[in-house]
Amino acid sequence: MKVLVAVKRVIDYNVKIRVKSDNTGVETANVKMSMNPFDEIAVEEAIRLKEKGLATEIIAFSAGPAQCQETIRTALAMGADRGVLVQTDAELQPLAVAKLLKAVVEKEQPGLVIVGKQAIDDDSNQTGQMLAALLGWSQGTFANKVSIADGSAEVKREVDGGLENIKIKLPAVITTDLRLNEPRYASLPNIMKAKKKPIETLAPDKLGVDVTPRLTVLKVEEPPKRKAGIKVKTVAELVDKLRNEAGVI
Amino acid sequence: MAVLVVAAHDGKTIRSNVANAVTAALQMGPEVHVLVAGSNAGEAAKSAAVLQGVAKVLDAEDPAYANWVAEDVAPLVVRLAPNYSHVVMAADSVGKNLAPRVAALLDMAQVSEAIQVVSPDTFVRPIYAGNAMATVQSADKIKIVTIRPTNFKAAAAGGAAPIEQVAGTGAGGLAAYVGAELSKSERPELTSAKIVVSGGRGLQSGENFKMLEALADKLGAGLGASRAAVDAGYVPNDYQVGQTGKVVAPDLYIAVGISGAIQHLAGMKDSKTIVAINKDEEAPIFQVADYGIVGDLFQIVPELTAAVEKK
Repeated sequence: MKVLVAVKRVIDYNVKIRVKSDNTGVETANVKMSMNPFDEIAVEEAIRLKEKGLATEIIAFSAGPAQCQETIRTALAMGADRGVLVQTDAELQPLAVAKLLKAVVEKEQPGLVIVGKQAIDDDSNQTGQMLAALLGWSQGTFANKVSIADGSAEVKREVDGGLENIKIKLPAVITTDLRLNEPRYASLPNIMKAKKKPIETLAPDKLGVDVTPRLTVLKVEEPPKRKAGIKVKTVAELVDKLRNEAGVI
Repeated sequence: MAVLVVAAHDGKTIRSNVANAVTAALQMGPEVHVLVAGSNAGEAAKSAAVLQGVAKVLDAEDPAYANWVAEDVAPLVVRLAPNYSHVVMAADSVGKNLAPRVAALLDMAQVSEAIQVVSPDTFVRPIYAGNAMATVQSADKIKIVTIRPTNFKAAAAGGAAPIEQVAGTGAGGLAAYVGAELSKSERPELTSAKIVVSGGRGLQSGENFKMLEALADKLGAGLGASRAAVDAGYVPNDYQVGQTGKVVAPDLYIAVGISGAIQHLAGMKDSKTIVAINKDEEAPIFQVADYGIVGDLFQIVPELTAAVEKK
């Protein structure tokens, strides 16, 4: 079974983002970029499936500008076998990415697609579910544990009140939650080896996908700042403030 | 055209966040219908009908809808959606799972976790874990929107909307619910609690969370935790407040032994009053706290528990 993982290039999670002064977006020039952390978990899960003999080949997919090659290389250094980049400088929204993924899935015929549950830039949490819908596949979202056997997957999902178990038919799309696994670091020899692994580059129009954004971003602003309050010395003072000033207890 | 709210429920009552979704929906269009899809969910449909502002409740009965399998519920919403200008769901684990599937089947974009309705086609939503706010306009015919419940007031009870039965769509056989391991708790659910007490790594062990439980029980509060405390195994995953956990906005949030990583602040900074208890006076949590107290939480928490009156 081939496994396809999707990896997104995002501002590194350690970077404190800055809103552009003209309110058109977030500053990305000269900012460290990395693989979306949830996608690292997706890559790790695919590698573990390969190590267990359940996956035969891992294809790392990305969509976006040429620099997404680096993100794919990271996946290849972790253990993916080859890459597919749909290269475009256009703004890509989740529905467009899902359509690009669908086109590549139809070409590659994987038995499983694993993606991060959301990207830490736009926080949409849509692409995996949308891909499953477009393919008519089942979806195991917010996965905490995945077991694969006999053409189906048992997925333990993180839901509001705890965990939920579902059984889904393969092929399927799985979206990763934080605690599915702890992604490995790529070793130096593997980073070197990854440089020789192939990455195929495709264009959205060659795949027959219209990626025109459906949502227009009118403006991006700083969130309202919360002012620091006061420090109190004693519990008695705190209780007094909560009762008589804030009126919350 | 009317706005359709898809209501999550437990078979007997709708989730409390449906009332918040109804308020958001009323800002998108004047007429709001609520869809209750379930198996023997008549009681849940009744609980939706009493929400003020709801013009009609659609009760879709089908064994396939018993456990919110997105693969089976999505076709129902897709069938109904062309009669509506918007499909609205609360951004909880049901809405996040279902809404994008519906959107893609309709070939419509989705607006995730709207916190404000600017106009029927324009919404404000947080990006970068709430470190920026994006105002987005949707050009699509049907707007699929998930809303962050804590940013919209709950619609009050007192209405009496008619309930209409609609046909189900059957099971597609793609996915099946097996079971759930839900946390058993007598405490209020985190996202709807008026007061939340949360613990961080400063608690040092799961055993020490008992101290917070005592405080929470006295205040009638929900109990939460930082990602650090969850990662350390002190408490289960579903306690987590933050970007990747739950977003809460109670009247009072008490952060105990939580340093205040951006990740955590994203999940609680809309709380009305924030109290921070931490031994490190430089902890970032104090920058958002209305009342901070620097000191040993193992002394302060029991003292606080003793000082507040039981609710």
